[in-house]
Amino acid sequence: MTAKPKFAMYWAASCGGCEIAVLNIHEKILDVDANFDVVFWPVAMDAKYKDVEAMEDGSILLTLFNGGIRNDENEHIAKLLRKKSKILVAFGSCANEGCIPGLANLISTKEIFDTYYETVSTDNPDHIRPQPEYKMPEGEIHIPTLLPVLKTLDQVVDVDYYMPGCPPESHQIAAVIDLVVQVLQGKAQLPPKGAVIGAGNSTVCDECKRTRNAKTIKSFERIWNIAPDPSLCLLEQGIPCNGPATRSGCNARCPTAGAQCIGCYGPAEGVVDYGARLISAFASVLDAKEPEEIDHILDGLVDPTGQFYRFNLAGSLLKAAVPAWKAESTHEKEKA
Amino acid sequence: MTERIGVYVCHCGTNIAGVVDVAEVSRWAGKHLAAQGVVVSRDYKFMCSSLGQELIQKDIKELGLTRVVVAACSPHLHEKTFRNASKGAGLNPYLTEMVSIREQDSWVHTDKAAATDKAKAILAGGVARVAHNTELEPLRVPIHPATMIVGAGIAGIQAALEIADAGYHVYLVEREPSIGGHMAQFDKTFPTLDCAACILTPKMFEVGSHPNITLLTWSNVEKVDGYIGNFTVTICKKARYVNTDTCTGCGICWEKCPWKVVDKVFEAGMGSRKAIYTPFPQAVPKYPVIDRENCAYFKNGKCKACQIFCPTEPNSIDFNQKDEMLEVQVGNIILATGYQLFDATRIPQYGYGRLPNVFTSLEFERMCNASGPTEGKIVLRDKKTTPKTVVIVHCVGSRDENYNKYCSSICCMQSLKYAHLVMERTGAEVYNCYIDIRTPFKDYEEFYKRVLEEGGNFIRGKVAEITDVARTPNEEGKLIVQVEDTLIGKQRRIPTDMVILSAGIEPRHDAKEVGKQFGISCGASGWYIERHPKLDPVATMTEGVFIAGCVQGPKDIPASVAQGAAASARVLGKIQQKEVALEPVRASINENQCSGCRICNNLCPFNAIAFHEDRMVSEVNPALCQGCGTCVAACPAGAISGTGFSNEQILSQIEGLLLVNVDGNLTEAVPG
Repeated sequence: MTAKPKFAMYWAASCGGCEIAVLNIHEKILDVDANFDVVFWPVAMDAKYKDVEAMEDGSILLTLFNGGIRNDENEHIAKLLRKKSKILVAFGSCANEGCIPGLANLISTKEIFDTYYETVSTDNPDHIRPQPEYKMPEGEIHIPTLLPVLKTLDQVVDVDYYMPGCPPESHQIAAVIDLVVQVLQGKAQLPPKGAVIGAGNSTVCDECKRTRNAKTIKSFERIWNIAPDPSLCLLEQGIPCNGPATRSGCNARCPTAGAQCIGCYGPAEGVVDYGARLISAFASVLDAKEPEEIDHILDGLVDPTGQFYRFNLAGSLLKAAVPAWKAESTHEKEKA
Repeated sequence: MTERIGVYVCHCGTNIAGVVDVAEVSRWAGKHLAAQGVVVSRDYKFMCSSLGQELIQKDIKELGLTRVVVAACSPHLHEKTFRNASKGAGLNPYLTEMVSIREQDSWVHTDKAAATDKAKAILAGGVARVAHNTELEPLRVPIHPATMIVGAGIAGIQAALEIADAGYHVYLVEREPSIGGHMAQFDKTFPTLDCAACILTPKMFEVGSHPNITLLTWSNVEKVDGYIGNFTVTICKKARYVNTDTCTGCGICWEKCPWKVVDKVFEAGMGSRKAIYTPFPQAVPKYPVIDRENCAYFKNGKCKACQIFCPTEPNSIDFNQKDEMLEVQVGNIILATGYQLFDATRIPQYGYGRLPNVFTSLEFERMCNASGPTEGKIVLRDKKTTPKTVVIVHCVGSRDENYNKYCSSICCMQSLKYAHLVMERTGAEVYNCYIDIRTPFKDYEEFYKRVLEEGGNFIRGKVAEITDVARTPNEEGKLIVQVEDTLIGKQRRIPTDMVILSAGIEPRHDAKEVGKQFGISCGASGWYIERHPKLDPVATMTEGVFIAGCVQGPKDIPASVAQGAAASARVLGKIQQKEVALEPVRASINENQCSGCRICNNLCPFNAIAFHEDRMVSEVNPALCQGCGTCVAACPAGAISGTGFSNEQILSQIEGLLLVNVDGNLTEAVPG
């Protein structure tokens, strides 16, 4: 019997939801075990980095990498797994586009620590901050240090495939595993490098059953303030639904349940800057002419960054706000 | 990099070279943009000259250039020039890009070093973009030889006659019962003082009887579909309740009609007409209309006097007539819908509407007109008393921060005309209160001099108030005009019998909606925007839609006539070409990416987007699309792309501007 191809999964800056989503494919997980030799999967089994470092380059067939690159440990493992893997998949929103951790790109790392360790709700009378290194009687210990900005996986290493979602839907994960198994059995071909897998090619609207009309928006409503018509497009009712710009693949779960799409499947095919696209689209259909009227309607969007860049900030054209960028360019220069 | 790019930097005399170091920009591009494909970079005094163009053509042939970037003025001016030059040398015209280092750089900066750096960045953007340009071919569509003209004032009449005389059909649409427009309301025309009717009515009759003109009065344009060469226009011909096949225009019906109505349109409220009427004796067409709102038959089913007395056989009065919808095919459209008078009641301190002897300019025109309400006698509101003093207030609602900032252009000359007419017909003392006297055209200044010599008084100052509250005995029973005479530096109170407010002219109240119907837009003041303010004054940004007369901005009769003729010349040019080449810059929707969210559906100013319910996708009609890019920007799914403005082209141009990947960076290619 020939050795089974090797499989790895890793989490960088992420919440763990992607890992749960993989386990949530139920009995399909047995196919993974049947077809692959799981060599590295910190959440599921014990493994040491040095074991990975000792592997031959390109010896892992498939690595599902979730999480953004927030600290030097994430960066090191991303580069390591790239070297050791034949196929590296950016798995889930964080690895693809930064997701929620990426929103910290709006501020500097100092502000992140200030918020975490010094705000009124924090009990930290001695003003203790984590130190990257510490001397103990047994020797010096290290913890990873934060990088100035969170980067998406493909901003750090070359990525073969992208699988979006926060987290990716289980049926999509199952379909991708099926595909890879079929490829291994010679029954299917891999998609071209750089492709988005486990998702559709159009937008959430394509999968949404609500009725749509030519649109105008008179005001933005928050979901708990109104009782939306169950069969009419949410955006037409003033609920800022991101469905029109978001990649299909989730079966329009949120709009179907009466909640607006918040964009976790990332930009649709052909959308370069997700937030800018949506801003431009929403602005185009505002039913107002006077500047004050327009301002008034826009005030209904209480958290514009959260609305338009919740998942996509680190992967957007601008990537980060100025303080984080400045720190990043200094960091780059120091490295050089 | 397989493209071979030629870069040409224009001095534009000193327009660019006075601020930007063009030789340095050219040298820099040749060296630092070589990695982007630049194989030759030159600067030249006037790139747009024949010699400049030949320089480009020579390089295309000898160096095998596959792309050209010209750094010069705005593409609005010379994009065609350089694209044609490239075409002449065998290169697809759309592989040539222009970047503006004049309007966007040398004209707006004084710091020479910084402006030179900026020129480099702009040029780098153009070079990065042009590599992604693709070969395009213009779309060719046939031109329908008929033309629709909307508005039959003097501009529309002139245009209609020019086109009809050239042998092509014209549909002339007018919403009033007769053609003639404002000019038909006037008595004399400045500066020659010839009678408006005497010079206008021959043209009106010619329009009415011209075999190539279909006259549609009492009609509105309901809908415009299509695009240059192929418009389908739906016109609502309102019911006249008069059968025009049998009516002879004898006038017995309006003579016998017992219902008098104040005529707010033609007589400016100064006189009355009947419920069945033609606005004035020389009306074209001669057929009357019944004003439904004021006709006793339509109000309570009684009267029918007009029908009873109508002498024609069969009877021409038809109370059952219905509005009629017509659909006509035309290749070009001229909008000549004119203006409306500034509403003088908006300036309460001038007392119009409250003080009876304050008149507007249009009321005064009617008063002077021999066929008007006073048969040409200049009298007070009581229709008997001849005024002994008349004050004419200039710039009412014009050149005024509170109302219209622009100069209405006609008021100085019309005020001078009024001064002359008052002095000639009444011998009254006349005061003109003006801000500046503007008499720039042929024989205008001479007319001003003539009025001065005739004894007109001129006070340079803006009128503060017109009141009937007297302060001194000699003001009793008079109107008092309070004005600061800025030439002597004193406040003056002028007691007078009559005041004429030389009200400015404004865009029609519905100009914006009408413009939208035809796919053209209004400027800040509400006048339609011409394609170019100097070089293309009667064309619009929508191909096949032209403007003439006051719709484009305030102007007098000679200028309106000139524009009417100019617009017709443009239309005749289009008809003669038989087909038109449309710019291939068009939006298109990738059906696979469109989810039918319908955000774009209402946005297209040219109605080029249709939604297909069955497939749940939107589609752009390429012949209707004008390539404005509105939908491209709005599409949240990125499913709409604009030819010539692909994501690749735009993003690479931005990267070029930021000097990303450019050897010899000028600035940090990082925000902040």
